[in-house]
Parts: sequence; C-alpha cells; structure tokens
Amino acid sequence: MSGGFHHRHLLGVEGLTATDVLHLLDTAEAFFAVSRRPVRKVPTLRGKTVINLFYEASTRTRTSFELAGKRLSADVVNMSVAASSVKKGETLYDTCKTLEAMQPDVVVMRHGASGAPHFIASRLRCAVINAGDGMHEHPTQALLDAFTIRRAKGRLDGLTVAICGDVAHSRVARSDALLLRLFGCTVRVVAPRTLLPDGIESTGVEVYDRLEPALDGADVVMVLRIQRERLEGALLPSLREYARTFGLGPRQLAWAKPDAIVMHPGPMNRGVEIDTTVADGPKSVVLDQVEAGVAVRMAALYLLAGERRGEGDGVHEPASEG
Amino acid sequence: MPVTEQLVLDAGDIERTIQRIALAIVEATRGADRVGLVGIRRGGVVLAERLAEAIGEARGGEPPPVGTVDIAFYRDDAATALPDPKVGPSDVPFEVDGRHVILVDDVLQTGRTVSAAIECLKDFGRPARIWLAVLCDRGGRELPIAADFVGRLVQVPPGSRLDVTFDARGGARAALSLPPPVSPAGTRGEDGARR
Repeated sequence: MSGGFHHRHLLGVEGLTATDVLHLLDTAEAFFAVSRRPVRKVPTLRGKTVINLFYEASTRTRTSFELAGKRLSADVVNMSVAASSVKKGETLYDTCKTLEAMQPDVVVMRHGASGAPHFIASRLRCAVINAGDGMHEHPTQALLDAFTIRRAKGRLDGLTVAICGDVAHSRVARSDALLLRLFGCTVRVVAPRTLLPDGIESTGVEVYDRLEPALDGADVVMVLRIQRERLEGALLPSLREYARTFGLGPRQLAWAKPDAIVMHPGPMNRGVEIDTTVADGPKSVVLDQVEAGVAVRMAALYLLAGERRGEGDGVHEPASEG
Repeated sequence: MPVTEQLVLDAGDIERTIQRIALAIVEATRGADRVGLVGIRRGGVVLAERLAEAIGEARGGEPPPVGTVDIAFYRDDAATALPDPKVGPSDVPFEVDGRHVILVDDVLQTGRTVSAAIECLKDFGRPARIWLAVLCDRGGRELPIAADFVGRLVQVPPGSRLDVTFDARGGARAALSLPPPVSPAGTRGEDGARR
C-alpha cells in the first residue's frame, strides 16, 4: 500500500517526510469539507477513546482536539493536570500506568517539559500526539499553518516565510521552520538577539535583527506571541519598545509582497506584536488557521487511531467493489 | 502468474447501458420535481457524470446536478482497517433535502459500500428518496441492499475480479480478471478473494 501514513505517533515534525506531510494535509482537506457540512460529524472513530492530557493551560488547542475527536465520533476525555502536582518522572510514569488502564486509543499530550510526550509514547501501547512540549515541538500547529498557507498560496514549495518574534521560547517556530524547510522554503527569523536561541543559524534559517529586510519580499509573515509568562522581565526592556521596533503594523507589512498573508498562532497581544488593523485586515488568515486546526487534528487522529492490522489482508482493497 | 482477462462490456455496450439506465431513471422519477446524481468515489464518479448527460438528453433539457461521496469515513471497518491511502472530499453541490437522489456506482457486490454511502448522504440532508444505479451487479451481498437500476448481471468465478475502467479519452470497459487455472490441489488465489 503506497502513500500511507506509517507512523504510530505524531511527536514532532522531525521524523516526518514531505510525503507524510502532504498525506496528512490531503486527508485534512477531506475533513475540512466535513466541517462545512450541515452535519459536521462522521462515524469514523465510533467506539474509540481519545484522552486529552494537558499539563499546561491551553483552551484553544485542547478545544480544537476535543472538537476534532468529537467530529470523528470518538469519545473524548479531558484530563487537566495542575502543573504543581508534577513530580518529574515518577508521576509521569504513574500517569502512564493509569492511562494504560483506561485503554485509550490516542493520548493527546501537552507538557511543559520537552520530550514528555516521547517519554509516555515509549511506555504506552496507544498512539500519542504531541500537542506542544516545552520549547521543543508543536507538530499539529505546524501542520495547520502549512494547511493554511497551501490553501492561501496554492502551494508550499519555495515560499519565503518570515517568522517574527519570540523564536527562542517558541515550539511553534521550531516546528514551522522544520516543516517549511522540507518544502524548500526560505525561512527567515527576526527578533531581538535575546529572543533568538544560540546557534540558530546552523539550522538553515536566515537570521535578521531588523524587521524591514526580513519582511522584504516575504510571501508569508508569521507573527509569534510575546509570551509574557516566559519572559520574566530580563529579555526585553519593555513591551512598548518591542511593539515599536518589532510590532507588525500596516507600514511594516507593506515591506512584504503585495499578496503576502499574515499568520498568528494565537492568542494575540494586540498592540504588542501585531497591530489591530493588521490582525483584522484582509491579509490576516488568523481565523483560517483556527478552522484548519480542527481539520488537521481530525486527520491526525484518523490516521493514528486505526488499529494496525497486517497489510494485505484484503480488508481494504480500493478496487471497485460494492 | 498469468492472469487472463475476459471482456464483459466494451465501450459500445457501456454507452448503450448508460442510455438504457438513463431512460429508466427518467421514467421512474417522472413525478419528482428535483433529481440529483451522486457518484460513489472512485468508480461511480465518471459513471454519474455520463448518466447525468444522458438523462439531460433524454429529457431534452439541462442535465441533473452531480455530486460525489467518499465513503472512507463511513466504512463499518473504518476503525479497524488501515486508513485509506488517499481520501477525497465528499462534494454534494446541491440541496439534498426533499430531492430524489440517485446513488451511482460501477460494481455492486457486498452492499457495504452502498450502505456507507447512504449514511454519508443522509449527513447532507434528508432526500425524498434514494435510488441506486449500478453498471454491474456481481452478486455476493452481505447486506439486504438491492439496486433499482442495473446495467448487467455478471457471474464472477471464485477468485476473479471485476474491474470497470473509464479512461480519459472516453473509452470504457468492464473486464473480468480470471486467475490461472486451478491446480488439482484446489488452492485458491488469495488476490481479490473477497468471498
């Protein structure tokens, strides 16, 4: 069977091929259509259980996964675990054991520690989807961004994408850059040096410390959220100064290509990293990203939740048959 | 191992069959004010388009609208089978409520695909009536489903496959792929042995 999706988990963009990504995006297109029908539900995963295991507060990602699971007719359970109760490995291990006993088919996990989803993936029999781990990866966000870009631009290959803002703390930036590089995109990052990780040049992205050259000729402008809760004062002199030098307003957006699109993973700090007129402007695809998120997560759940029977058992021939 | 092919319907046969089914559909839906065709991906899509044209000609007017459904998300083994290598969107670009909808597929066998397609169609609305038109009925039902319009009943020997192809240039054919002669031991070919 060619062209299938042969991964047991979705832990990161790292490890995916361009073919894997396109397969996921094409599957997501079919679910996108489902989400626009009068009945926005298909019976595909009836009887399957999805557990949302969130160690970090997140309303939109959790809701998006919840909606995705429900539109596939899976039973979705949300487990929010207060960060304070995490006692490193031991508790995570116990959580694994507890989860195992509930016999889920997919566990969707968000955790403040990089690698936590990989840890439970190696200890659970079910599929694991990383919904954001520390400063590491957030693969479904990168996939929904790619889905949105492909819909707006008609392609993914060879685009110039500028990622603006807090790259150092952003798992979104990391997953996005990895994915876009698979398609030969030019990825530029622009931020104050304090918000860029050391050695970022070696990952194949272009690094800028001023907005104008970074946006020049860009097809896509991705604005990242200034994560106030992660900054703790030391890295930025003030939000006002940041807004003045790195905020995206109409004047700055004019440096990009005339048909450029503006993206933001949300939630937005209006007036800090993005100006209100840009956020609500015709080039903004922020709400398309949200809609794409449900479709992409449906595709991920669909591709991972199926029991893996041996191939070629004849159950699934695509040949004409009634 | 050599596989022998046996032609069941050639392009001319298929064209005449389409004309005949189209006339039967016009006759059967005479009282209905709205008719639409829905092809089941992938084998039924081209057939539905051809049928729509033929219906338009037979009625001397516009062809009825055509949609497609992909039953991948509605399979009764969806949760246990491997995901489809390629899932296409279902697209029904007309109001289903109160309409006579003709589901179209190339080959009818177990009835499971049709059953799934009916479920899918019902999620687009509440049709006044769902009909079923197929080019070939090869028997072997696993569900109580029957077609309203059948092009040809085809006897398919065990271990054989029936394939309908519409190529891009409009040529169409239905052919049986027969397995090599059965050895005295009587072992069956595994390929395509659906029942």
